[in-house]
Amino acid sequence: MTAVSGAIRFVLNGEAISLTDVPPDLTLLDWLRLERRLRGSKEGCAEGDCGACTVLVGRLMDDEIIYDSVTACIRFVGSLHGTHVVTIEHLRGENGNLHPVQQAMVDHHGSQCGFCTPGFVMSLYGLWMRNPEPSQSAIEKALQGNLCRCTGYAPIIRAAQAMSSYGLPQGDPLLAERIALKAQIKAIHDGSRVEIGEGENRIIVPASLDDFAAVYESNPEATIVAGSTDVGLWVTKFMRRIGPVIFIGHLQELKRIAENASEIRFYAGVSYSEAMPTLTAAFPAMAELWDRIAGEQVRNMGTIGGNIANGSPIGDTPPPFIALGAKLHLRRGEHRREIKLEDYFLAYGKQDRQPGEFVESVTIPLLPAGERFAVYKISKRREEDISALCGAFRVFINDAGVVGMARIAFGGMAATPKRAKAVEAALVGQPWTLESVEAAMAAFAADYQPISDMRASADYRLLSAQNLLKRFFLETTGQGQRLRREVA
Amino acid sequence: MDPKPQTAIALSSLHVGTRHDSGPKHVTGTAEYIDDLVEPAGTMHAYLGLSTNPHAEIAGMDFSATLAAPGVIGVLTAADVPGDNDVSSNHSHDEPLFPVDKVHFWGQPLFAVIAETRELARRAAHLAKIDYRPLPFVTHVRAAQAAGGTLVTPPLKLERGDMAAGMAGAPRRVKGSMEIGGQDHFYLEGQIAIAVPGEDEDVTVYSSTQHPTEVQVMVAQVLGIRQHAVTVNVRRMGGGFGGKETQSNLFAAVAALAAKKWNRACKLRPDRDDDMTATGKRHDFVVDYDVGYDESGKIHAVDAVYGARAGFSSDLSGPVTDRALFHADNAYWYPAVRVRSEPLYTNTVSNTAFRGFGGPQGMLAAERWIEDIAYSLGKDPLEIRKANFYGTDSNNITPYHQEVTDNIIHRVVDELEASADYQARRAAIVKYNAGSPILKKGIALTPVKFGISFTATWYNQAGALVHVYKDGSIHLSHGGTEMGQGLYIKVAQVLADAFGVGLDTVKIMATSTGKVPNTSATAASSGTDLNGMAAFDAARQIKERMTAHAAKLHNVAEADVRWVPGGVECGDKFVGFAELAASAYLNRVQLSAAGFYQTPKIHWDRATGRGRPFYYYAYGASVSEVTIDTLTGEYTVDRVDILHDVGHSLNPAIDTGQIEGGFVQGLGWLTTEELVWDDKGQLRTKAPSTYKIPLASDVPPIFNVRLAEWSVNTEPTIGRSKAVGEPPFMLAMSVMEALSMAVASVADYAIAPRLNTPITPERVLMGVQRLAREHKQA
Repeated sequence: MTAVSGAIRFVLNGEAISLTDVPPDLTLLDWLRLERRLRGSKEGCAEGDCGACTVLVGRLMDDEIIYDSVTACIRFVGSLHGTHVVTIEHLRGENGNLHPVQQAMVDHHGSQCGFCTPGFVMSLYGLWMRNPEPSQSAIEKALQGNLCRCTGYAPIIRAAQAMSSYGLPQGDPLLAERIALKAQIKAIHDGSRVEIGEGENRIIVPASLDDFAAVYESNPEATIVAGSTDVGLWVTKFMRRIGPVIFIGHLQELKRIAENASEIRFYAGVSYSEAMPTLTAAFPAMAELWDRIAGEQVRNMGTIGGNIANGSPIGDTPPPFIALGAKLHLRRGEHRREIKLEDYFLAYGKQDRQPGEFVESVTIPLLPAGERFAVYKISKRREEDISALCGAFRVFINDAGVVGMARIAFGGMAATPKRAKAVEAALVGQPWTLESVEAAMAAFAADYQPISDMRASADYRLLSAQNLLKRFFLETTGQGQRLRREVA
Repeated sequence: MDPKPQTAIALSSLHVGTRHDSGPKHVTGTAEYIDDLVEPAGTMHAYLGLSTNPHAEIAGMDFSATLAAPGVIGVLTAADVPGDNDVSSNHSHDEPLFPVDKVHFWGQPLFAVIAETRELARRAAHLAKIDYRPLPFVTHVRAAQAAGGTLVTPPLKLERGDMAAGMAGAPRRVKGSMEIGGQDHFYLEGQIAIAVPGEDEDVTVYSSTQHPTEVQVMVAQVLGIRQHAVTVNVRRMGGGFGGKETQSNLFAAVAALAAKKWNRACKLRPDRDDDMTATGKRHDFVVDYDVGYDESGKIHAVDAVYGARAGFSSDLSGPVTDRALFHADNAYWYPAVRVRSEPLYTNTVSNTAFRGFGGPQGMLAAERWIEDIAYSLGKDPLEIRKANFYGTDSNNITPYHQEVTDNIIHRVVDELEASADYQARRAAIVKYNAGSPILKKGIALTPVKFGISFTATWYNQAGALVHVYKDGSIHLSHGGTEMGQGLYIKVAQVLADAFGVGLDTVKIMATSTGKVPNTSATAASSGTDLNGMAAFDAARQIKERMTAHAAKLHNVAEADVRWVPGGVECGDKFVGFAELAASAYLNRVQLSAAGFYQTPKIHWDRATGRGRPFYYYAYGASVSEVTIDTLTGEYTVDRVDILHDVGHSLNPAIDTGQIEGGFVQGLGWLTTEELVWDDKGQLRTKAPSTYKIPLASDVPPIFNVRLAEWSVNTEPTIGRSKAVGEPPFMLAMSVMEALSMAVASVADYAIAPRLNTPITPERVLMGVQRLAREHKQA
């Protein structure tokens, strides 16, 4: 029997916190600002898009505390068990002076109105810890989730480029306290399940994956929260009651990545950031897409399992995974089953998931030799934007130059992520030539009747989907030209 | 007790790139915004209930569930307004605090719930049941015109020259229309106010506003009390951009209404989605034009109508559409011109001030017909631009009959053309495009000429209040507000320079209607021009008294008292500033002064369309280079070079920040920031998830920004500087023109692409398709 404890325990800056009465929908930002009266972190949007509330959350990983930037506005307090939360109030330099990151920002005129600034400072601090002398592209990537409306970013980028001249991570005044902190955090991870509250207010932080499976089987009405990048908005924007909640973001077993010669298995709790190295090593074509999914904070929080499980028609992981022939592993209690990923999406808002059942992992077959694969995302703003459409293409061209196999899948074109079976059929058996490709482009209209909305018109979606097939053809035949942002 | 010795006095604190005074507080999270202030005990929270219908009669409002919800203290509607149920900034009584019988747009505030916490108020607001009887509605300019073109405020016509002769004498004509999208301010700190009740009728309001006096007036009006009972304080805003010039009124008035009704402090802060739904934005325009020109590209006559989505009330739509007409010329001389505005009633939120204030839309249309002319003649648009620039001694009368006397656009453009290597790059791009099937590049140089002054002439005044204390420390208040633009530090620099003391001697105080009365909005780029001069005037008065005192004390003539860094020299004796202040006090010399300034020379007669509305012009130019993807319409902005005129800069660091920031904000307006209303009349782009302002990765990788260091204001402004808030915004027009060129390349530059804005990837792709098709047909 799993031991049960009755408190969410973590460290806030330098202080040990133990909470026995926390509503499941209490956000970290509200808790910081309203209860702790730490008001350096700001609310700009309450949906994880502007970054004004950015804080760092440290978690134990292979005996080290790893710090991720996260948006406190959509992170729930119940998910913080066993972590170290670092807010702008904790940042300081030696002798109470400004921290090197802060001083660089001041000296380079990196703030104007200042409202977004604490969030920028925290994102830059997270970057500086890992990479004190970042390239411009690394800076841009770290700041993808931070909006500034005043400066035009130029002085912030200059400040980031100068950070290392103000100090290096080994001299970080906050480094010393981490050694003691590690023991404190470790002690929290005592193998017990946390349960607090009752009914709609119940929070369950399972002790292990098996514990989660058991708890969810017996509480199928509960909301599962991993990264909260989707569920967070149910609360902050739609004021939905989400309790009881099972928080699973901390489960190490769900963060496993298993690779063998033929496939990669991502467990559901692997975040976009955590998946990046393995995924892009196996599928270089996925690198650009991955960089363009959300901002850094959301990539640190959001999980592959969550992106699939909630069945959004505009999630960016299903199209490439479907094109690659991914299998989804579902689990209910001790019962497991495996389905094709594409079969999971039944209709808008409806997935093949039974009460008490959850997405445990997804397996992605590696690309067989000779096959070609690409994925393209189109959005109004190039980065940190939800896809207008996202298309993945995979073909095998045989020695005769004929299409032996084609798998094409799109998001943003239908009520679910969906294969373009008519296009596939139009291609298979045809020579891989511009003529066949142009002929097959017409078949998109049979596969998809996209909608017009604030992201794009139906006409644009259809036209650009067709053109992406052309792009794929051109790239596989060495005639490709792709837009690139040229920065150092 | 010795005063703290003064240290490190710069020879001059003016014209130096001093850091923002709040920089260290910004980076440590200790700069206080209104939501960060310690709330008085018992503070209540208000939340607005918004209309879910774009145009309807209100058949009934049922608050039974709202009032029964936990923590609810009460509900406020129009019936609770003791004074005037109106927050219209121009006193036209067309904008009720809460509507009585009709709603005019989706998102219009109908009532407020007051509760113990913000969350409880918000939840309860959604429990109200509103019964609507729907009415027909229009959301777009064209639909409004088709429905009869009801105007929210009288239109303006500017006319000069002989239109009939001009058109008749022009060998070539081009007619067209251009749709120009609006823009949400997306200030990072949303609207917010806290009202704290006081004794008698008093109420103190902390408001995130660019216009404390107007908030004061509105609160007094709604409460039915006199203005002296209302004090409005603003330490700083988390961004404004025009969005807090009038839009703060309602939030402050609701908070004050609740505070007085229940005699408890009340805070009102909407969620981002509600803020974007319920507050005004930059006006969308449709400009219909008819332009006569000749083979050399010279314009003979311009006849244009500027239809604007004003929304349901007038707000600032009159002055905004006026300013669009004032900038219908950008930097170009039109021999004959007739431009007319149509501020149209639509069932959308009432549009308002936004950096540039209609000017950008006016200028964008001018660049559109320049482009039409260039493509029809097969010439580089830059050639057409130069052919039509205002002259310096002739061809220099604007459509509103003001003579342009300070024209430097030729020098600005020539220098930038050379420094950005425009001609060689353009040639290289044309060559690149010929050999590049999928990716196409474009480059463009566009000018900016922007008129400085409020066109409401009485707004061109400012006050300051300066105290010198006995220890020589100085206390600075003025009527301007700080929204990040660096006004506070610039005025402090002016004051420190005037007294010859270090900046650390000057304490910058929060703006308060109790310190400086009857202030103008911090808007129209005028903050430093007006308040800097007012502070300078206050310093002058105090210095005169201190000079007289020093002369008397040391028995020298006043003329022999010289102000030097750190104090005064009386003959050969140096007296430190603090010492002088202390002795002045002991000798009963007044060490406080109210300074005042009114901009000279300006006048404007709207009825005749004649006058000198602008004290001077600010100039600038930019070159942008872009690459588009003709398969998807996606693009990158690869390089931008800017040369901009701020006169003799008071603070080059702050001014450069305004230019970089203004350009990027303009870039967003013209590219990714798209406002979409659905067929139900609801705004669908109302949060950063759907409304896309530029990111760090949208800033051009090569971004060269220079000040025209040789420029000096020909008018005696403070330090001979020029205003900088708005003009750089329009520098982004070169991005639009560069995208146009890239699109035009698919039709061999023979067809004007006529892209509407914002130029999203979708608009680029659709433009590429259209031009390729037309080119094939031709």
